[in-house]
Amino acid sequence: MLDSFFKYEFLQNAFFVGLMIGFLAPVLGVFIVVRKLALITDALSHITLTGIAFHLLIAQSIVWLQPVNPLYMGMCFSVAGSLFMEKLRHIYTAYQELAVPIILSSGIGLGVVFISLADGFNNDLFNYLFGSVIAVTRNDLWTIAFVAVAITGLLLFLYKELLFLSFDEEQAKVSGIPGKWINSLFIIMTALVIASSMRIVGILLVSSLMILPVAAAIQLAKSFKQMFLYAVLIGETSVITGLVSAFYLNLAPGGMIVIIALTILLVVLFGRKLAGLPLQTFRKKVQSV
Amino acid sequence: MYKHTEESLAVQIKNVTFQYGNQPVLENIDLSIKKGSFLGLVGPNGSGKSTLIKILLGLKKPIEGEVSLFNTPLQKFKKWEKIGYVSQKANSFNTGFPVTVYEVVSMGLYGKVGLLRFLNRKHKQQIYEALQRVGMSDFKDRNIGELSGGQQQRVFIARALVSNPEILILDEPTVGVDSTSVQHFYKLLAQLNQQKNITLILVTHDIGVMTSYVSDVACLNKTLHFHGSSKDFEESDLSSLYGHDVQVITHDHGGAH
Ligand SMILES: Nc1ncnc2c1ncn2[C@@H]1O[C@H](COP(=O)(O)OP(=O)(O)O)[C@@H](O)[C@H]1O
Ligand SMILES: [Mg+2]
Repeated sequence: MLDSFFKYEFLQNAFFVGLMIGFLAPVLGVFIVVRKLALITDALSHITLTGIAFHLLIAQSIVWLQPVNPLYMGMCFSVAGSLFMEKLRHIYTAYQELAVPIILSSGIGLGVVFISLADGFNNDLFNYLFGSVIAVTRNDLWTIAFVAVAITGLLLFLYKELLFLSFDEEQAKVSGIPGKWINSLFIIMTALVIASSMRIVGILLVSSLMILPVAAAIQLAKSFKQMFLYAVLIGETSVITGLVSAFYLNLAPGGMIVIIALTILLVVLFGRKLAGLPLQTFRKKVQSV
Repeated sequence: MYKHTEESLAVQIKNVTFQYGNQPVLENIDLSIKKGSFLGLVGPNGSGKSTLIKILLGLKKPIEGEVSLFNTPLQKFKKWEKIGYVSQKANSFNTGFPVTVYEVVSMGLYGKVGLLRFLNRKHKQQIYEALQRVGMSDFKDRNIGELSGGQQQRVFIARALVSNPEILILDEPTVGVDSTSVQHFYKLLAQLNQQKNITLILVTHDIGVMTSYVSDVACLNKTLHFHGSSKDFEESDLSSLYGHDVQVITHDHGGAH
């Protein structure tokens, strides 16, 4: 492994990108899960694919676009989709979950049309859907590194506001926290992390890297800070082990990463059961009005 | 009795009217709350108490009328750390939310500390003091979901108190709390009102225990039926109407819709 690691640039790219998304995806995932927005990640990953398909289509006729990384177009679509989704959630306040299927299905619909029109990147498509060890370029690495630094910084500085908004949005607003634009910023960050994770985990599996480690962390964490610790540990373990095994077994890494994250989740759930500890239920207390 | 200079007002609600869709909820409410008073805002379920509170916090916009906090119109009011608020649904959070008592109380400082800044040692001291005030210091590392209803309520009061507010607004804080804890709770509120001179607004649909602790009472049912000292209230006929027969009123009210 070490030999090939130093020999092949693509392995180094995949490894470092893996380290970054193994950190970013679960960290954002913590906020996403406690805010009950898990489905949003699926909608955004699909719209990212639409952007990539769009790039590949227009690059066929616009020559100067050919050397440009399709990831940028994916990020643009994802961010635009996230903002559109926020709008929809405000229009349908009583049916907020509508925003997800609207974005998801229109993303896939458009994507399929672009893919059919382009008629010829079937091989790439598989990589985009399920991730790849060899597809990560140096340019991807630098783009994602930039995203990682920016988002880590923002999260560090907005941590307390995001925690308060997640726990009690109304109360947070009364304390003078500018909820509206922090929420928008947060969804943009999510869009960027999803687009960044896509190369390795694949469009169809990005959401699992954000959700599964957090689902396990909820069972272990005593405080909100510990949630991040456990989620990141599990996220990194899944990504690194997934990448290595995918390389040796010649499999799509997305699948291996999800299987490992799922295994960890199951071990945690059964472990608690065996130890006689109660499972952490995620319920709302009903209060008479 | 209710002639007061403008400066001594904590809250001034002028001619406020509000509707949900076509359903009128509040009509022409005029209510001034003096600094240092302890107001009980009573009324049956659905009488618009929570809505009025949300309007005075700027969470909902009235279709008519104005609200001022400390003589500043709401639109210009910026000093939100002066207001402590425990909402009616504060107690109905996700019990699985992995957050400690200490973390919950610290949230009360986030707005005051401001964006891009972190809590310092002085803030931590304030958090410990707020916990001590409500008698929850021993529970600071416990998960909020593991506490009893009454204990959670005290944690939320601590969160509202930690920024040293001048007004504390509590919307039905004792629902689901056992009666001995309720007594303790009212004593704590009276203490805060007298010792720290915090203006208190306590919303409740059950006036039974409350009258002996509050200084003023306001009765709301779409319009303001009464506003005066708790003594005057007890001597009026309204006290029997709003007192123990609240349940009956609720039924009548529900039937009307
Ligand atoms: N979000 C809402 N949408 C529509 N109607 C509402 C909403 N919230 C409250 N109401 C209605 O407004 C009235 C006043 O409610 P509320 O202020 O919560 O009363 P209270 O706090 O006194 O029990 C009730 O009739 C209630 O049904
Ligand atoms: Mg209410």
